[in-house]
Amino acid sequence: MTGFVQTQSIDARTAPLAARRSLFRVLFGDVLSTVSTLVILFAVIALAPKLVSWGLLNGIWAGEGTQCTGAGACWAFLRAKYPFILFGIYPPGQYWRPIGLIVIFIGLTLYSLPPKNWKTSTLWAWVIGTVVALALMAGGVLGLEAVPTDSWGGLPVTLILTVLSLGLGFPLAIALALGRQSDLKTVKYICVAVIEGIRGLPLLSLLFIVSILLPLMLPDGLKIDKLLRALVAMTVFSAAYLAEVLRGGLQGLHNGQGEAADALSLSWWSKTRLIILPQAISKVIPPLTNTVVVMVKNTSLVLIVGLYDLLSAGRAALADPAWPAPFAETYGFIALIYFIICFSITRYTHWIERQNLFGVNR
Amino acid sequence: MRLISRQNDLMGRRGLVIIGFAAALSGALAACSPAPKPASNAAPAGKAGSTLATVQKHGYVSCGASQANAGFSLPDDKGYWRGLDIDMCRAVAAAVLGDQDKARFVPLTGQQRLTALQTGEIDLLPRTTTWTMARDANGVNFTFPNYYDYTGFMVRASTGATKPADIKGASVCVQTGSITEVIFADVSWRQKLDLKPVIFDNVSATRQAFFSGRCDALITDASSLYSVRATQSKNPDDYVIFAANDEANPLTPAVRHGDDQWFDIVKWVFQAQITAEYLGITSANVDEMLKSEDPAIRRLLGVEAGYGKALGLREDWAYQIIKQVGNYGEVYDRNVGKDSKLKIERGLNRLQRDGGLMVPLPFS
Repeated sequence: MTGFVQTQSIDARTAPLAARRSLFRVLFGDVLSTVSTLVILFAVIALAPKLVSWGLLNGIWAGEGTQCTGAGACWAFLRAKYPFILFGIYPPGQYWRPIGLIVIFIGLTLYSLPPKNWKTSTLWAWVIGTVVALALMAGGVLGLEAVPTDSWGGLPVTLILTVLSLGLGFPLAIALALGRQSDLKTVKYICVAVIEGIRGLPLLSLLFIVSILLPLMLPDGLKIDKLLRALVAMTVFSAAYLAEVLRGGLQGLHNGQGEAADALSLSWWSKTRLIILPQAISKVIPPLTNTVVVMVKNTSLVLIVGLYDLLSAGRAALADPAWPAPFAETYGFIALIYFIICFSITRYTHWIERQNLFGVNR
Repeated sequence: MRLISRQNDLMGRRGLVIIGFAAALSGALAACSPAPKPASNAAPAGKAGSTLATVQKHGYVSCGASQANAGFSLPDDKGYWRGLDIDMCRAVAAAVLGDQDKARFVPLTGQQRLTALQTGEIDLLPRTTTWTMARDANGVNFTFPNYYDYTGFMVRASTGATKPADIKGASVCVQTGSITEVIFADVSWRQKLDLKPVIFDNVSATRQAFFSGRCDALITDASSLYSVRATQSKNPDDYVIFAANDEANPLTPAVRHGDDQWFDIVKWVFQAQITAEYLGITSANVDEMLKSEDPAIRRLLGVEAGYGKALGLREDWAYQIIKQVGNYGEVYDRNVGKDSKLKIERGLNRLQRDGGLMVPLPFS
């Protein structure tokens, strides 16, 4: 008798599929599911006819403000006002310029999504694209009519504030996060003070400080543009929050990585640049996108410092006495735009989480 | 491992690039404010450093506006600013620069407006700002009230009420934390009306409550009541508005302390508009009026020279205001009065001759 020795390896088998639950069992599997299904079903049955008759059957699709007096939705208002809501008080003959900015920003974003495009050239594309987009909005060059920032409004302002506050806030956040980990006590405490100071303030009060206190404290004659001031507040705010997310990545990194780099006698800068940051950042991409979603929505707060972002432009449109102020339709339209932006970002996060980045398995 | 190090190298270069990116963008945005244009008309130059000189150098007057206030300052569908306060600014632009469109409007919140004026972000603040002692003493000069507001009640026309005494015991929708809340309490106590407040914490909730029948009356500034009635009622004729008391609320354009010449200019720009109405000069007949023999008209329109120079302006400054913007009556009717959606009665804003508070000063 010879002993039995397996000479060939056995192919790995796929895990058994989780038992598929039928739709019926998902909806009515236990008491809790049954109750919640019934409650939702009841709500839909109760609300749907009203929504349909308000929005579709009785909706006013075209016409003047005087026709919007019935029980239906006043879609004609949105039809008349959507350019104003999207572009604010930007001169109407020049709408192609804010449209250009939107196209540039969306195009760059789409191009930057797949990890294979995360290269230095992409960053330069962003720098150049942003400068071109802002020059397009501001004018005064290449024969474009100059448009002061006081006349910028709507979606472009929302996008500018989001992109620039995150774009400028991210390098600042890296500096703050690294500073917080520093062995130099002074650097460390300054960074902790900045991060905690800003995180301890609501964004609203930061915006008030830059829009009301800052101009009073500046020397006479020095005036900073209102949009730039709001951007400064939003940048430091996003930097503080991004820094805390990055700190999570830095702390989650195994000590061995840094020690191995030290053993190879890499300088601190090379170690941080080549070993620490890439791994730390790739660990925290999902929470970073979460901060992005929060910042997109935070831009609507600039309403209180007198900037015409998407939301304030909508409110200004509502104040027109020629229309019966259809709040629900307007806020619904604006909410839809925010939803499209934010939902796309979260879908992207889901997708990126499933990618195997830098050999890090999640 | 090799893969990782290549990727890491990319990330490392990225670190440097990011910092450059930050610097480039800050520069780009700072450069975005367009350069001031040279003054394009030949008015006498103001003293260096004065508001007039700054305005002439920039080529535009910078004014504070609200974010959205129908009838007073509101951009229309084309983004063109319209309203009573806007026309105040356009009149200054017409007088100083000869073109009513050489005016720029900075949307400001209630908290920002005085700071913006004091720091020089704007040259003039015509933004439904009540002339109060504290504000006057603390850094701004009020010119002439360009609109007298008052606190009013709005009730359903079917009740037949036309004065506060008619709504004894009524429930009234009030917005909490507003000056109106104080006035409401005073009115109720002083006239023994026994009114019952129904308090809400924001404007739209207050209005919704009134229109849905939650209360018998709505109390707030009369100008807002007219605007609400025009925009949010199904049929404006179903509602009436009347004064809650006999106090007026003077909404007054303001300028900075410390520039008497600019203060004078803004005061007389407004005076020119009410004087024009007093003399019967309108944007339609101003060219005819240039031939008038009436010395008062000749002085106002600059046919008789000297009055423009006294202010540091061109002699046709008042002509330009009336030609381009119109007299006060025209401005009123177009923005808030009978030709607008708001249809606010002239009331206190009539000329003194007609029983209002607008007093034309001697133009000589």
